[in-house]
Amino acid sequence: MTDLSMAKSGTSIRGFISRRRGRKGLHWTDWLTYAYLVFGLLVMFVPVLWVVVSSFKTPANLAEFPPTLVPFSSETIMVEGYDEPLPLFDVVTEDGDTVQLAQLRRVGIQAQMVDPANPDERIVVPIENATPVRKFYLAFENYSNLLSDTGGNIWRYVYNSLFITVVATLITLVMNAMAAFALSKYRFRGSNVALVSILATLMIPATVVLVPTYMIVAQLGLVANLWGVILPTVATPTGVFLLRQYMLTIPDELIEAARMDHASEWRIFWRIILPLSSPALAVVAIFSILSRWNDFLLPLVVLTERQSYTLQLALASFQTEYGIRYELLLAMTTLTALPLACAFIFLQRYITSGIASTGIK
Amino acid sequence: MANLVLDNVKKSFGAVEVIPGVDLDIKDGEFVVFVGPSGCGKSTLLRLIAGLEDVSDGDIRIDDDSVVNVPAADRGVAMVFQSYALYPHMTVRENLSFGLENIRMAKPEIERRVGDAARLLQIEQLLERRPKQLSGGQRQRVAIGRAITRDPKIFLFDEPLSNLDAELRVLMRVEITRLHERLGNTMIYVTHDQIEAMTMADKIVVLRGGIIEQYGAPLDLYNNPHNLFVAGFIGSPRMNFVEGKLTEIAETGSTFEAPGLPPMQLPGKIASTAKVGEAVTLGIRPEDFSVAREETGGWPVSIGVTEQYGANSYLHGTLPGDIPVLIHEAGQSTARRGDTLYVKARENHWHLFGADGLALAHR
Repeated sequence: MTDLSMAKSGTSIRGFISRRRGRKGLHWTDWLTYAYLVFGLLVMFVPVLWVVVSSFKTPANLAEFPPTLVPFSSETIMVEGYDEPLPLFDVVTEDGDTVQLAQLRRVGIQAQMVDPANPDERIVVPIENATPVRKFYLAFENYSNLLSDTGGNIWRYVYNSLFITVVATLITLVMNAMAAFALSKYRFRGSNVALVSILATLMIPATVVLVPTYMIVAQLGLVANLWGVILPTVATPTGVFLLRQYMLTIPDELIEAARMDHASEWRIFWRIILPLSSPALAVVAIFSILSRWNDFLLPLVVLTERQSYTLQLALASFQTEYGIRYELLLAMTTLTALPLACAFIFLQRYITSGIASTGIK
Repeated sequence: MANLVLDNVKKSFGAVEVIPGVDLDIKDGEFVVFVGPSGCGKSTLLRLIAGLEDVSDGDIRIDDDSVVNVPAADRGVAMVFQSYALYPHMTVRENLSFGLENIRMAKPEIERRVGDAARLLQIEQLLERRPKQLSGGQRQRVAIGRAITRDPKIFLFDEPLSNLDAELRVLMRVEITRLHERLGNTMIYVTHDQIEAMTMADKIVVLRGGIIEQYGAPLDLYNNPHNLFVAGFIGSPRMNFVEGKLTEIAETGSTFEAPGLPPMQLPGKIASTAKVGEAVTLGIRPEDFSVAREETGGWPVSIGVTEQYGANSYLHGTLPGDIPVLIHEAGQSTARRGDTLYVKARENHWHLFGADGLALAHR
């Protein structure tokens, strides 16, 4: 009998990561493999890292060219006689000494500076002699501003996104599992036709059916309602197919045994099939969470009121309100991506074992 | 407690007729074994009785009530599957009680039944484990336990020992027989292993191609096989067969001749239907030869491989004309490769089969 329980990887992570072909030292294919993997890691991970790092930069720091690798902010100082804090510069004087001056304003290639110790005397300095005094600084105010600027709305968006993701994923799992159960374990006329037509919908791009979908949603009176986003795509062909393939590996004898045990078909589904399909369900859940959380097009069309915006829609709307506010945009992008990263970290075991067991069998 | 009647039961899958018509009458409390080569329809027949497949035609009666339209769960039968079919995500206790919970039995009663079954099968200390953590023999016990908790009229076993190693199989064989003695239920047991059939059964049903070849007590089948198939299938090692013809029929014994072999005297009576000159097949079990070291008029067998079991010896030899023959000798045989032994048939310990494969019965 096939071992239905989740295939837990027997090897330790360490053993997995340091796996190699050569017994002593590294075989040349090991070098190649690791080089490829490191390249992949860089390609995938550097942009993400860049976004996260940039979300902690001040607007001035963001606008700099060339960009800095870590977030910096210019040191400022309060000078007597001036209301605003002035940026500090290291200035090389004509004698070759370095002094710290505060900049008043820049005119062309000259800058007007003032010595903080002697605020009455203005000094004109060519800008190539001045370098800003900077320190490492994480601009957490990007995040606090994000929360305060949007008022309580950000929480509204988070709630909307969470509601859609969680509810839609639950419904998707149940619906897909039911279809998969029928398609894998019941022999009935037209089961293959049903399966093929479900799979055939994969060939139709979502954008093509966007307008009809919207019209149906509108007819149902669900425009600007979260259910209008949830319902149209609760059944996914990939989910049905994945679950069906997995359920085919569950021995029929188990179901027969359950039938002889007086279990109704409904009970067989909930008590036998669903628990045993958990690796495949986890994979489908992850796919669903990913696509629901990141979904943009359908919410854009259906959710027409700000009250019903998801995080992704809110993110997009930042670009139009007061011009592009990159620091807020980046902070929000980071916040938006965070739940998915968490989901991945916690469900990773299921993802790998699930994909492995559904893929191989 | 129930008797079971199969009345002209037929089953076909599409155009393929798996069981062309079976009549069988199993009495209350009998241990009946369905045996036959793979693909003979024995498992299908069991599944028909269980209600996992619908009969195409005919009737199945348990306790004189027709059950062909009764769902599997309500037939009062319990099945032990070949793969055991334990629910992998449930503990042993949950496995045993699942069926009882489904009929909304009271908790204390479930507890009592599970406890009784566990005690009977000595799996009490395993109740909180999952099937994955059990050995093959323990899983087997749990599967039987699940059947017992349901307190069925008839137990059905579908090749339950085929996944166990040889040693454990012998143990479980005895255990199931003992269980039958203790419970006294009607049990139907499917196997392709004729040793299991011989050792466990009250009655054996030999099936081939969905047809019952013979139905009877184990030794009855062994001693009086109705046809060539049953003769070859029952008994291990297999019966030896030599094709030839009858040259003389007498009251005290007949003479059998095969091409290239000296005539063989068959002491004992023969069926009155046998005719001189008729093409027949002679069947003699390995242990039924009388063996001589010297030329005494028997068939010469040149010995090839000798298998020494310690208490028994099996000698693989060939008759002239390259007819393979297997001889059993009690104790440790002195025969070596290349030796020639002379074998004769013992009185009434031989079988003759006509051209149609049916036995020419002893009178």
